[in-house]
Amino acid sequence: MITDIKLSYYPGCTLKTKARNLEEAALGALTALGIEYQELERWNCCGAVFSLADDDLIHHLAPVRNLIRAAQQGSDTIVTLCSQCYNVLSRANQLVREDETKRKTLNDFMTEEPDYNGEVEVTHLLQLLRDRVGWETLRSKVKRPLDGLKVATFYGCTLIRPESVAINGPSPEIFEEFLRALGAEPVPFSAAQECCGSYQSVANPDAASDRAAKVLRSVQASGADALVLSCPLCEYNLGTRQGEILERIEDAVPIPSFYFTQLLAVALGLEPELCHLELNGEAALKLLKAREYIAAAPA
Amino acid sequence: MGQLTVSIRPEQRAKIQKVKEISGENVGLCMQCGTCSAVCPMVDSMNMTTRKAMHLLQYGLTDDVIDSKLAPLCASCHTCSVRCPRGIDVAKVFEAVRLLVSRQNIDTINLQEIAKGTLEKAPQIAFVSGFRKLTA
Repeated sequence: MITDIKLSYYPGCTLKTKARNLEEAALGALTALGIEYQELERWNCCGAVFSLADDDLIHHLAPVRNLIRAAQQGSDTIVTLCSQCYNVLSRANQLVREDETKRKTLNDFMTEEPDYNGEVEVTHLLQLLRDRVGWETLRSKVKRPLDGLKVATFYGCTLIRPESVAINGPSPEIFEEFLRALGAEPVPFSAAQECCGSYQSVANPDAASDRAAKVLRSVQASGADALVLSCPLCEYNLGTRQGEILERIEDAVPIPSFYFTQLLAVALGLEPELCHLELNGEAALKLLKAREYIAAAPA
Repeated sequence: MGQLTVSIRPEQRAKIQKVKEISGENVGLCMQCGTCSAVCPMVDSMNMTTRKAMHLLQYGLTDDVIDSKLAPLCASCHTCSVRCPRGIDVAKVFEAVRLLVSRQNIDTINLQEIAKGTLEKAPQIAFVSGFRKLTA
């Protein structure tokens, strides 16, 4: 049981609906690993993108308010599953900690809130697993090792850029280490740290599809059986939209995509229902059953 | 040795200052190496490379950069920012260019023009981030 930190869980805009497969698998895994957490009360959307303008403070209120909620809950750490939430909350926290003038303006503006001075730590679930559970302990809790599963680990952008919030800072292979702990075999591919097309799939779908096609081509060339990622926007661009994107690639083969939390839940032997594999498309469920990582449904 | 002098009009100077004010970045540091264009994941869809846009911004020619529609295609992946050998946070520069438009109350994406399939399938995070970046 991990009780040395008080942990708040921040869901974010998509995890209660289109990315239930990211959330429910993760929460099941946290419980199975004996990690106590409290879902953040009165959480609000983080804004999904960190405001890059020097003269714009108003957009930092949303992430900072969430950090205040975590402090009010008595937590010292807030954990996110979504890469973009992680990025926005981390950068907002950094801004509050490092820029005294902006911190004062933000606090003065939020007259209804207690002052916030960066007391809460922001962490991504992969970091929490590495730092609080440890890969060896995780390995020992795996009930159904993902032996022989070749996985392309997609970092994308917001987990690793800018460097000041990179989750792989001290361990460049954090995602690969996680998969090795589950018994899977991470496969390197050239587009692992590239952009999936991001919000361009709404603004300029054609440009986003071109981008996603480049990523999928790279995954295909790596010989991976599956793609694993941590962001609902990456999953939309590379998973949900994959059918139409593969039309742009010669000799394309569908590549099942998973959230990292789903593979975690499967390896821990949790109920497959927690993984909501129906949201991943047929190929994902088929792969897990074919390899007998999860039991095939009775005929 | 002869010297080439480029004069910059006061209104262009004001625009250079404006980009600096919003982005906090000094585009004058750019040495035109083109690394930002080489690493840009969206460059194939753009009508202008980021290198060229940086050069135009050095002269305060922000309208040419706006007309190229380069900034709305930026996905804010920050690859250019981490690779720039001059330490310019290029993503912040193009955020400033986007804001020069949206702060005039001009939207670059319009909800009514988004395909029905996208509205049904896309996750909230896609709309939140897209609208945050490209609407007033």
